[in-house]
Amino acid sequence: MISRFLTAAALMAASPMLLAGEALTGAVQKQPTNWTAIIMFVVFIVFTMGITKWAAKRNTSTADYYTAGGSITGFQNGLAIAGDYMSAASFLGISALVFTSGYDGLIYSIGFLVGWPLILFLMAERLRNLGKFTFSDVASYRLGQTPIRVLSACGSLVVVAFYLIAQMVGAGKLIQLLFGLDYMVAVILVGVLMVCYVMFGGMLATTWVQIIKAVLLLSGASFMAIMVLVSVNFDFSKLFADAVALHAKKEAIMAPGGLVSDPISAISLGMALMFGTAGLPHILMRFFTVSDAKEARKSVFYATGFIGYFYILTFIIGFGAILLVSTNAEFKDATGAIVGGTNMVAIHLAKAVGGNLFLGFISAVAFATILAVVAGLALAGASAVAHDLYACVIKQGKATEEQEMKVTKRTTLALGVLAIVLGIAFENQNIAFMVGLAFSVAASCNFPILFLSMYWKNLTTRGALIGGALGLATALLLTILSPTVWVDVLHFKEAIFPYKYPALFAMIASFAGLWFFSITDKSKSAAEERERFFPQFVRSQTGLGATGAVAH
Amino acid sequence: MNNENVYRQIYANPRFQELVAKRGRFAWLLAIIMLVAYYAFILVIAFDPKLLGAPLSEGGIITWGIPAGLGLIFLSFILTGIYVQRANGEFDRITQEIINEAQK
Repeated sequence: MISRFLTAAALMAASPMLLAGEALTGAVQKQPTNWTAIIMFVVFIVFTMGITKWAAKRNTSTADYYTAGGSITGFQNGLAIAGDYMSAASFLGISALVFTSGYDGLIYSIGFLVGWPLILFLMAERLRNLGKFTFSDVASYRLGQTPIRVLSACGSLVVVAFYLIAQMVGAGKLIQLLFGLDYMVAVILVGVLMVCYVMFGGMLATTWVQIIKAVLLLSGASFMAIMVLVSVNFDFSKLFADAVALHAKKEAIMAPGGLVSDPISAISLGMALMFGTAGLPHILMRFFTVSDAKEARKSVFYATGFIGYFYILTFIIGFGAILLVSTNAEFKDATGAIVGGTNMVAIHLAKAVGGNLFLGFISAVAFATILAVVAGLALAGASAVAHDLYACVIKQGKATEEQEMKVTKRTTLALGVLAIVLGIAFENQNIAFMVGLAFSVAASCNFPILFLSMYWKNLTTRGALIGGALGLATALLLTILSPTVWVDVLHFKEAIFPYKYPALFAMIASFAGLWFFSITDKSKSAAEERERFFPQFVRSQTGLGATGAVAH
Repeated sequence: MNNENVYRQIYANPRFQELVAKRGRFAWLLAIIMLVAYYAFILVIAFDPKLLGAPLSEGGIITWGIPAGLGLIFLSFILTGIYVQRANGEFDRITQEIINEAQK
């Protein structure tokens, strides 16, 4: 029993999205059509489509399209970054984890938060000062354009693809549960709306959809947490005492459980979360939407505040669900299990504290959340293809803005179709490993190249290429050989690689490769690349020559 | 504007070197505080989880884990605030002065 709990908890630990993927991979029971939720969702769509139309008029250049012309303020960008992080799966998944294991839910959410201060201290301003549209701009700033852009575009696309599949499958299942829509209809709907936002509205619309959703989600979650606290007269001791009395695990919910069992896995997971965040293309591109380094720093400050606040809310919501959902027969089936699985506790709690109307609101917000996150992913994928691969590699920087825009829009459309097809293809597959893999690849391919290109003078193209490829290959290979794929997906008896998270090992491989093949690189071009470090360094520190806001 | 020359000039400016060293030290100091706090938390959980499961007061329900966890969330927020305050004020002012000097 204990070992089963450990495995389950460790599986859950890879990411909130993974969590939802995990729990929503099995067959879900289609719910009766929820009209309140559908009406509220339609209102959201109409409103955000209006924003998309407004944004489309303002999108006149590639800078507008990819970075909203640098017109987003630090506060707005902070909300948008927080929105990227507060996915439907993290809202439902973390509150479910708190509901089932109590304190472990808090440990888990802290892992997601602590990467942000590090991104601020070590990366945010340099990224803003060096980059234009994508993080490959920064990585290839003084290195060989073609090879580095191809590699980092591949890194981006792998991350985007796995993340997107996980989101699409999660979305399909969730919508089936929340709205009573067919899986196929749900996936197509998400794909079509995603393409509309991104293709017509670009970054400006994508950012505003994300901001609106973040505000709705934070308000909804605040309301739930306040109602929970009202039910215990704002007495935290009573909240915890009542939860302990009701919960099957009793006092254990107030202490660390099995989430972090062995130190290697714990450290590896911590590294994947911390450095993976600093290598996610859809997060990194948000640093180019603000006007300068000042605003970039502010956006991380606000984002950290909102994300931290959100995790405190989910902690209260999880405990509230122990009090108000687990005691209510309405939310349980004949066997005493939670209707729709434990991932639904936050939704049930919404009904318990706010009735049908609020249930509809929270369901609509959950759907909006999925849409906003997939739109950001699609934009990151489209810019990797159109800006990095097409404009900078194939056309060698000679593509006109019209050509680049055309390719972006076609790529967005292709990504939408691909997302729908893959979403349907993976409906009944075990996709639990996908988000964990996305984080591992981001931490061991994108992050090391990006970090060393800014911090280490001696990095050369050869080193970056071999080191980055090593990190990417190690992360992929070890994930396949790990229990999450080798045993859970391929059904072999025992995993060849015993740990669930490859980040620790893949990051070591990547950094070792970057270091060794750079210091042994004695070529002429390597010497030139080292020489170019100085101007890059001055620009990264002062922002002199950085692309600023576009005047409208 | 010939950026290349301006860049060289700025790089040679001792005030620039001083700024970079000062900001670098500050950023790494905060980063190390964050890393130490987080990994200490994780290692306590991995090796001695009972420590965080102990109640704050004898017979009380709230355990040490609650202030420790919430403390980490607040620490993240406070440290980012401290950095932004100093970087957007003092450091950016010096940066602007260095740039102005170089572009004269």
